[in-house]
Amino acid sequence: MDREEIREAVLAIIADIAPDEDFDSLKDDEPLRDQLGLDSMDFLDIVMELRKQHKVEVPEDDYKELISLTSTVNYLEGKM
Amino acid sequence: MIVVGSGLGGLTCANRLAKFGRKVLLVEQHFELGGLAAYFRRKGHIFDVSLHGFPYGMVKTCRKYWTKEIADAIVQIKRIIFDNPQFKIETTFDTEDFTRKLIKDFGVARETTEEFFRFCAGMNFYDDQTTTTREMFERFFPGRSDVVRFLMEPITYANGSTLDEPAITYGIVFSNFMSKGVFTVEGGTDWLIDKMREELERNGCDIMVRATAEKILCENGRVAAVRINGKAVQTKSVVSNGNLPRTVFELIGAENLPADFAQPSAQVRLSTSNCQVFLGIREGETIPDIGDLIFHSTAPEFAPDLYMGKPPVSRSFSIYYPKTRPGVDRYAIVSSLGARYEDWDGLSPEEYKRDKQMLIDNTLDVLESYLPDIRSKVDYAEAATPKTFERYTGHQRGATFGTKFEGLKMSENLPKALGGMFHTGSAAIIMSGWLGAANYGVIVGNNVEQYLDKA
Ligand SMILES: Cc1cc2nc3c(=O)[nH]c(=O)nc-3n(C[C@H](O)[C@H](O)[C@H](O)COP(=O)(O)OP(=O)(O)OC[C@H]3O[C@@H](n4cnc5c(N)ncnc54)[C@H](O)[C@@H]3O)c2cc1C
Repeated sequence: MDREEIREAVLAIIADIAPDEDFDSLKDDEPLRDQLGLDSMDFLDIVMELRKQHKVEVPEDDYKELISLTSTVNYLEGKM
Repeated sequence: MIVVGSGLGGLTCANRLAKFGRKVLLVEQHFELGGLAAYFRRKGHIFDVSLHGFPYGMVKTCRKYWTKEIADAIVQIKRIIFDNPQFKIETTFDTEDFTRKLIKDFGVARETTEEFFRFCAGMNFYDDQTTTTREMFERFFPGRSDVVRFLMEPITYANGSTLDEPAITYGIVFSNFMSKGVFTVEGGTDWLIDKMREELERNGCDIMVRATAEKILCENGRVAAVRINGKAVQTKSVVSNGNLPRTVFELIGAENLPADFAQPSAQVRLSTSNCQVFLGIREGETIPDIGDLIFHSTAPEFAPDLYMGKPPVSRSFSIYYPKTRPGVDRYAIVSSLGARYEDWDGLSPEEYKRDKQMLIDNTLDVLESYLPDIRSKVDYAEAATPKTFERYTGHQRGATFGTKFEGLKMSENLPKALGGMFHTGSAAIIMSGWLGAANYGVIVGNNVEQYLDKA
């Protein structure tokens, strides 16, 4: 996948987890947690869906890489 | 795979795995599902054991890991009352109202209040574990036993924690509640557990009640089968929702575990237990709105030990009005107290009965200050003790909130000590309560899924 496809895939996962959030004003470089009210359980869900849907393992030590959309795409680039 | 125990941790874990398409067998020794999320019917009354309130996070947890129908039935409890010699306050138990009250009623500086909330909200379970709750309060509110009581008393009721626990256990639970207040399920525990069972069945989970897992059978350092009611059932993986020390030392047995796991595990402390008094209001009688959840205490200052006293000086009351179960026009009152197992163990049947009656009488005495004619309206009264909890859940010493904080490591490390073996449910304070147990069920469910993928 290229960066744009990865971004779309991640957004699709988040949209399922936080269905009531508004994504139009989402800033790619700012923390997802603050913008979308995601909590640690939501991040676990994102990790689980990445495994299920895209066969990518995100070890616990790397959870911090998922802080913003940009950092997530950076991390996943080449992995899916 | 097999899930042993159907508390909210076991149920949620089983549902998660069944949804992932795993073949799940859920076994429960009792005849009902739910564990401590229990209810019982007596003489036309229906009583909820642990439905006094949980944080708003449960809405999201139910929506994501159960059903929208369940999430939509979660409603706020608005009237929470503190009544003790230091203050009498009614609150909605959220950040906004607490901030206002800390400033106006307790005269705490706004900056201190805000800094305290920020401090709690920023806590993670892997953060500093050396600072105790007592030290944290001393830092923010030195010498203010009234403020400590306001902030701590409900949390002690909610999970039996003391001021000597790591501050993070306080901060995490407190912040969960403070986000929006206290919530309950409209329809009651019975409705909830019925809905959960339906969803489990929809997802293809097999359920067995009156089925006790007696022993985990191991082969080559891995789980191979579980002996259930005398019969071995093969499995690749087991999640135990039973009490943690019981899981490790009875279900598995130290002989099946490496010494460097079993030895430190033997040091893990259990949490304390509870007593409860259940009062049913006669059909046709009503009681006025005196609040939904009352923290009542005659102790001059707050001390977690007093909350476990016998006879008690502190207790909570949950008042169940007809709104609890729309369509059922009944009232009930449930009083909860902390309790020590040793205060109720080893009594003769007569002593046990006498002490239970004392507890009921004592509870009615206190209630009379709110409802002077309560004795004439109650037509059913019963008490539960640590022995009751022990009998129904099999939890050692009737421990109602799992273990103290150190239990988290033991629970998390179990799969490393025995391949395919997992634990979920009440542990370490932060993983207890309806929300904590359910979320821990999800976390462990994910780990099992990963394990089974690899196996
Ligand atoms: C008096 C009281 C009031 C409470 N009030 C609240 C409240 O208002 N809000 C809140 O959020 N929380 C409350 N709690 C806490 C909350 O109920 C619990 O933390 C939570 O329900 C525990 O879930 P659990 O997953 O740990 O499993 P548990 O509920 O402990 O259930 C474990 C289950 O496993 C079964 N089991 C164990 N071993 C075996 C075996 N070998 N074979 C078969 N089955 C087995 C047991 O029978 C039991 O059903 C309260 C608790 C108590 C006691």
